[in-house]
Amino acid sequence: MTQGALPDVVVIGAGIVGAACAHELAAHGLSVQVVDRAGIGTGTTAAGMGHLVVMDDTPAEFALSAWSRQLWLALAPRLLAKHAFVRCGTVWAAADEEEMAAARVRQHALQVQGIACSMLDAAQLHEAEPALREGLAGGMIVPDDAVVYAPSAAAWLLAQPVAGRIEMRADAQAVAIERHGVRLADGTTVAAGAVLVANGLDATALLAGLPLVPKKGHLLITDRYPGLVRHQILELGYIKSAHQSSGTSVAFNVQPRPTGQLLIGSSRQFDTTDPAVEPAVLARMLRRASQFMPGLPALNALRAWTGFRPATQDGLPLIGPALPGSSSHRSTWLAVGHEGLGVTTALGTARLIAAQMLGQAAPIDAAPYLPARLGSLDNESAPHG
Amino acid sequence: MAEHIELDIDGRRVAVPTGVTVAAAIAHAMVDTLGSGVITRRSVSGALRGPLCGMGVCQECRVTINGRAHRLACQTPIAAGMRIETATDCGAPT
Ligand SMILES: Cc1cc2nc3c(=O)[nH]c(=O)nc-3n(C[C@H](O)[C@H](O)[C@H](O)COP(=O)(O)OP(=O)(O)OC[C@H]3O[C@@H](n4cnc5c(N)ncnc54)[C@H](O)[C@@H]3O)c2cc1C
Ligand code: FES
Repeated sequence: MTQGALPDVVVIGAGIVGAACAHELAAHGLSVQVVDRAGIGTGTTAAGMGHLVVMDDTPAEFALSAWSRQLWLALAPRLLAKHAFVRCGTVWAAADEEEMAAARVRQHALQVQGIACSMLDAAQLHEAEPALREGLAGGMIVPDDAVVYAPSAAAWLLAQPVAGRIEMRADAQAVAIERHGVRLADGTTVAAGAVLVANGLDATALLAGLPLVPKKGHLLITDRYPGLVRHQILELGYIKSAHQSSGTSVAFNVQPRPTGQLLIGSSRQFDTTDPAVEPAVLARMLRRASQFMPGLPALNALRAWTGFRPATQDGLPLIGPALPGSSSHRSTWLAVGHEGLGVTTALGTARLIAAQMLGQAAPIDAAPYLPARLGSLDNESAPHG
Repeated sequence: MAEHIELDIDGRRVAVPTGVTVAAAIAHAMVDTLGSGVITRRSVSGALRGPLCGMGVCQECRVTINGRAHRLACQTPIAAGMRIETATDCGAPT
């Protein structure tokens, strides 16, 4: 944008979602002002795993994650080593025959929908991942899943030369959405034609009543053990754990970093906003992981940390116009609530929001993600809110 | 004269004085190939590294001992028959 000219859009939040949206809007020729209270990718984006994974618990989750993963694969050749993009594939491990049967159903459904995916018997699983314990029933492999280092990918998205312009302002906290733009903590206002709220969990402070709740997660990173783990490995029971809506749950989830380090997860907790690492939860998570990888307790851990997934009631993000009357700027849009899948779904989200803001058609149906769907949930009290 | 025990460093059998650390044993084994330099590990970008602090802090002396990676050479006393692997092949930088 030229000095003094009004940006078309002000994007609040430079996490992976805000960065992807700003990139997409600018690629359509718009001038975009991004503000972040800290810096690029310093929120939940810095805490997560960056697994780019097709999830298929609901048709809408599948549509957005499968499309977004395609967009990542298309982007990948332009990324650099520091973005740590690796198409390592996902191995879903089945502990017993019951999980194996469920895997067969999933494998078939994914295959039918065009996702490369095959079954592994016990011997094939062992060959694919020798560090897993003997006696597992088998599993399923999704070879086109990948991993990326999301904070650096967010910076990359904001820095790409595009038709329009992106201006990034760090240390700029939005405190209110006003008629003409966004008021910052320093008292100034960034005026813009439209406001896109993409600041994750903190969106609730700008738009009262937004139904987002934090789901806390622990992660741990080890020293370098190159070759020990080759794919991102999850237990099939992960999906059960991921969609639980109360209590504390853990599931085996390990990611090989390009450095040879292992990123180990994962836990889910409700009703807490305390970022402290909880030894009891961490221990439970690592015990679970050791049940699948018996050699794990002998590895050196370097660091453990936590992060908060921005969760909605129905497990889908909020992408689209803010509810009428919820904001004082007449053109206010949302891209929040991506829970545990926001790195994956950031690119699809960006396409959907740009299409809506510009009045264009999108390749997938935007309806399941529209914030308006929550209007009907208004009267229910959020189960964890 | 000090007593010696035998151990295996990068596939080479070497005799070193009893009671020393693995780091000292590696220095002893590498002295003919590396002069006074000692190499233990490789950094993530591939650079060769050696012991620095000698007191368990810097982590530069990590080696694989009896198949277990990332053991601190400066904090581990030698034992007879130990198998030690450094980032060099047979004590010579590659
Ligand atoms: C433990 C864990 C593991 C995960 N693993 C994966 C995974 O493997 N794959 C995957 O796809 N996803 C994963 N996720 C989820 C993913 O990390 C999130 O969905 C995603 O990072 C959300 O991005 P975001 O941009 O919406 O939010 P954030 O990254 O939180 O970005 C919001 C930004 O807004 C800024 N901000 C906040 N308030 C204001 C304000 N008032 N004014 C200005 N700026 C503000 C913040 O500084 C921040 O930079 C994981 C999450 C966790 C916690
Ligand atoms: S030399 Fe520093 S930790 Fe061993």
